[in-house]
Amino acid sequence: MIPEIGEFALIIALLLSVVLAVVPMYGATTANEMWMSYARPLAMGQFLFVIVSFICLGYAFAQDDFSVVYVAQHSNSQMPIQFKLSAIWGGHEGSLLLWALILCGWTFAVSRFSKALPLDMLARVLSVMGIIATGFISFLLITSSPFERYLPRFPADGADLNPLLQDFGLIVHPPMLYMGYVGFSVAFAFAIAALLSGRMDAAWARWSRPWTNVAWAFLGLGITLGSWWAYYELGWGGWWFWDPVENASLMPWLVGTALVHSLAVTEKRGVFKSWTLLLAIFAFSLSLLGTFLVRSGVLTSVHAFASDPERGFFILMLLAITMGGSLTLYAFKAPSVKSESSFSWLSREVLLLVNNVFLTVMAVTVLLGTLYPLLIDALGQGKISVGPPYFNAVFVPIMGTMAIAMGVSVAVRWRETSTETVLKTLWLPAVISLLMGLIFPFVYGSGFDMRVFLGISVSLWIISTVVSEFIGKFRNAQTLSSRLSQLSMSYYGMMLAHIGVAVTAIGITLVSTYSEERDMRMAKGDSVELAGYQFTFQGTQVVKGANYMADQATIEVTEDGQSVVTLHPEKRRYNVKRNMMTEADIDAGLFRDLYVALGEPLNEGEAWAVRVHYKPYVRWLWLGGILMALGGLLTAADKRYRKSSRKQESVHA
Amino acid sequence: MPRLLLFIPLVLFIILAGFLWKGLSIDPRELPSALLNKPFPEFSLAALQQPERILTKQDFMGQPVLVNVWATWCPSCRQEHAQLLTIAQTNSIPVIGLNYKDDRSAAMVWLQQLGNPYQFNIFDEAGMLGLDLGVYGAPETYLLDAQGIIRYRHVGVITEQVWQDLQNMIKGWGSVNE
Amino acid sequence: MLMNKLTLGLLVLFCSSVSLAAIDVYQFDDPEKEKRFQELAYELRCPKCQNQNIADSNAEIAKDLRTKIQQMLVADKTNPEIIDYMVERYGDFVLYEPRVKPQTYLLWYGPALFLLLGLAIILWVIRGRRQSKESTAGNGVVLTTTEAKQLDALLNTKKGKQS
Repeated sequence: MIPEIGEFALIIALLLSVVLAVVPMYGATTANEMWMSYARPLAMGQFLFVIVSFICLGYAFAQDDFSVVYVAQHSNSQMPIQFKLSAIWGGHEGSLLLWALILCGWTFAVSRFSKALPLDMLARVLSVMGIIATGFISFLLITSSPFERYLPRFPADGADLNPLLQDFGLIVHPPMLYMGYVGFSVAFAFAIAALLSGRMDAAWARWSRPWTNVAWAFLGLGITLGSWWAYYELGWGGWWFWDPVENASLMPWLVGTALVHSLAVTEKRGVFKSWTLLLAIFAFSLSLLGTFLVRSGVLTSVHAFASDPERGFFILMLLAITMGGSLTLYAFKAPSVKSESSFSWLSREVLLLVNNVFLTVMAVTVLLGTLYPLLIDALGQGKISVGPPYFNAVFVPIMGTMAIAMGVSVAVRWRETSTETVLKTLWLPAVISLLMGLIFPFVYGSGFDMRVFLGISVSLWIISTVVSEFIGKFRNAQTLSSRLSQLSMSYYGMMLAHIGVAVTAIGITLVSTYSEERDMRMAKGDSVELAGYQFTFQGTQVVKGANYMADQATIEVTEDGQSVVTLHPEKRRYNVKRNMMTEADIDAGLFRDLYVALGEPLNEGEAWAVRVHYKPYVRWLWLGGILMALGGLLTAADKRYRKSSRKQESVHA
Repeated sequence: MPRLLLFIPLVLFIILAGFLWKGLSIDPRELPSALLNKPFPEFSLAALQQPERILTKQDFMGQPVLVNVWATWCPSCRQEHAQLLTIAQTNSIPVIGLNYKDDRSAAMVWLQQLGNPYQFNIFDEAGMLGLDLGVYGAPETYLLDAQGIIRYRHVGVITEQVWQDLQNMIKGWGSVNE
Repeated sequence: MLMNKLTLGLLVLFCSSVSLAAIDVYQFDDPEKEKRFQELAYELRCPKCQNQNIADSNAEIAKDLRTKIQQMLVADKTNPEIIDYMVERYGDFVLYEPRVKPQTYLLWYGPALFLLLGLAIILWVIRGRRQSKESTAGNGVVLTTTEAKQLDALLNTKKGKQS
């Protein structure tokens, strides 16, 4: 009964979204205020019914209702309750429902928190989101309903969830990522509304900017969590594989980063409007493209969903309608290059434009590398692979050059800056970062290393320019506190995010240069030395988990005879599907991780294959990602986005 | 002119969508053999049923043959076995077995129980001939012409349909040779 | 459709243990070779699995290829020899770093080309903008901070009227 209610609620949500897609939009075109005012209640209704549907699916999981096909395939009665619930999005159908839920949630949020928006703008924005919701909910109902039943006979127990997914990572990673993917639909909807109404002024940028920043922050957080999850869960200590699925999330993030910057220019200076619109369209389109790549099976990936060309076809249609439609609209209605203000060669505008070019080229490079095997195959030129060596070779130089521009852009002002001012702010950071970069490999490593020199210099350059610019702000200030409070939230957000980039860059540089790893055959009492640490194998014992049995090894780690930590990597065998899984054990630290994974037993269990890793500064990767996301959130929390709405209310009153 | 430039994104997207649409009908996992139209690799391995007999390429050159890679650990091989027996009964083309990374006694039992469609079996215990051949998993079937050149590789189960295709291919050569 | 299911079943059989890190123990006479072994294993793609290199894959074929690389390294083969050996058997598919040849020119040189193109467009746009600015120097709208504040106020009232 409950699953049927879920399905029914979804059908109602679909009907509401169809109405939302049509009525307010029509109202906005004909200036019919009553029709426009339907937008808000419709957005709420749509959200409510998808929530009902989602709760029904959650109930089916919690109650072990294995008559529901999706539940039977992705759950098992032995699974702990938190994994049963997160298994809701452990497969294609449920994760699509989560997608729809978040989409309707964003729509509802826009309808609630955009009091400042003129009604026609709001009506258009919500209608565009209604169109997207119509597409996705009908996709759910037609090809991927999670409520289908095994009737009349159903399995006594579920087939269990892939053990990789029975983890904390599954609980947090997909919701965050989808918040980001779907969040770009708001920026997209604002862009379409702007194109339709012909209103692309600074006000438009101001409305759409906080939404975009929040979505961007969530996407970044989602990617960071995904990287961290892969690192500890897959058992081989990698944190980025350039897999199509990862690239699918990186592309919208890169374009989103460009969008966040371009929106800042459009808001502050009223320029680059058509470019900003294009980026808003692309950011969401790339999110959709990612969905297509992950769910259609056109590319092979380690973590793709069970793929199905029919579903692929449906998403491709959605993609063609949204992207084809919006780009056609763009081609006809985008403003011709019309400037509201001027700027000189050495200005923040130009540097941000340069940054946009770099970010866009990076996104295009990822797209090219990801799709190239498909292009070659479609042209009948055979099968090739494009993997990490390619991406590293192409990506790193572009990223490094952009980092240099990042430092400069912080030091220049809007409109115009004299060369002397820039040199005055930048010479000290330049000297410091180059010197430190030069010294670092000698102090930390065993000798000069070009990669470390470049990586550290560039990272310190980003940090020191931000800091030097910050200090520069106090030169003319009367008191410290007055100055601190004068600086806007978005300024602090920018600083934090830029420092985040540097922190991530330091992490990447050091972990990829100074990591050490050994694969060892270890019997009881054997020990191995790695990066000054002594790993001693103390044998294994059998332990029993909720739904698995495991061989658990005990490995003592000492440094200069001092005990550091005792690690317990496991090799698990899950009861239901009998699949084996390596559960690594990690001693995490700010400056280094010790990572141990257990392989196969050798010689009938006398010895084991063991892999030990030493991963310096690996945490910095994710720390930087978190800083970037926090920066994005801070910027969105800036007073001016709230102030304008308060002023608005007073006008109404 | 600038107005026309605004159509560039749309045009690029249409091209991209075209490729994606084409991509839906391509299986990214299906790998063509790197040895296509190249000679079957040289080898010297024992026969499965007569360990003392050493087989080389010369043992099947001179006529088109099918080389079928199989193993007892491979469930799909069991599925295609009946079809292989049917092919053997037609006597139209010799079927050579390449017993890949298998256990000799288990393989013998398999042939006794399920029937033996093979003229003879190459016993590739270490999988090194398989490696030279670019095998990445059983079952795989190679079609060789009389000169021992690999003309086609099929990965996966041989079905009636695949057999039809193979026959057409062989017929095609006949007409070219005449 | 049935075929697809069968191949899928096959795949599951071969790569059922995606979650199982491949850890095995190879002996090398010198650490330089061990390092090269790791590099090669990371740069070659497992032909059977979903997107995985042969270092991380636990599939039978990946094990065989690792063993082969180890044998070839012990036999003092160079990296290009080993890579050629693999490509001869499994095709370009096994290379995670695609070879530079006419089919991959776009892949390898595209990014640099796009970057130059992008920077050229910036130059073109800004020059055009500045020229048009100079011709209309008197009308050029140059916002100071106070003006920006006025614009804010204006925008807000405008919004107010429309809603």
